[in-house]
Amino acid sequence: MTWTTVADVASGICMLGGAFLAFAAGVGVLRFGDLLSRMHAGTKPQVLGLVLVLLGLALRLRSGGAVWALVLVAVFQMLTAPVAAQMVGRAGYRTGKIRDDLLEVDELTSDMEQATARSAEGEG
Amino acid sequence: MTVVVVLCGVLLTVGASLAIIRVEKGPSMLDRTVGLDIVVTTMIAAIALYAAMQRRTDVVPILVVLSMVGFVGSVTIARFASVEPEGEGRVRTREEIAAQEAERIAAEDEAEEARRTDRRADADERHDGEVR
Repeated sequence: MTWTTVADVASGICMLGGAFLAFAAGVGVLRFGDLLSRMHAGTKPQVLGLVLVLLGLALRLRSGGAVWALVLVAVFQMLTAPVAAQMVGRAGYRTGKIRDDLLEVDELTSDMEQATARSAEGEG
Repeated sequence: MTVVVVLCGVLLTVGASLAIIRVEKGPSMLDRTVGLDIVVTTMIAAIALYAAMQRRTDVVPILVVLSMVGFVGSVTIARFASVEPEGEGRVRTREEIAAQEAERIAAEDEAEEARRTDRRADADERHDGEVR
């Protein structure tokens, strides 16, 4: 048993983990009831799943240049996924797609109410 | 390795198909965006799987490009959805959708009926002309 075999097996396990997360995201996005729950399901393969798949690919390719490109992909995804999720969540909040009854904590609404009250006080 | 590739392929295909069903069902543009994000990520994973299977390093730039493009799409749609008019973006209930659908079908039927009677009237006129 050489280290290349070990790397190949580890690569297969990582690939399976990533593919399973993509599958779980598909199930979650179909079954969950509102926008935020669907986003929660959808972000699983976007970061962890993709990192696992890229790790699996890097373990299989094992060449310097390609591995650096894969690190670039992972870093890029980690930078952009939160931005996209924030934009989608904000648009959902503003267009009234958030279900209040499903939220345990809703800091944005209470903050906005406080801010409105404070500005009304300032004027009055 | 073949077993792993087949298993991964099945999982990715089923996951993407379920996400596409969500894209079809909606109900809002943002739900579709989330679904499409998952499809893009699954696509990246599938290409990575292919590259791992064939040990090909030349497809790695495709992964870089895809990870950039998916982000641009969802941000654009979220930006566009922010200025959606009131009521348009509201999630409709099943009954409302059914009522609207029935209304639409009734209107279509009516239009079709009107067109048919029109055509019949036209034909009658022409026929009368011939007789005279």
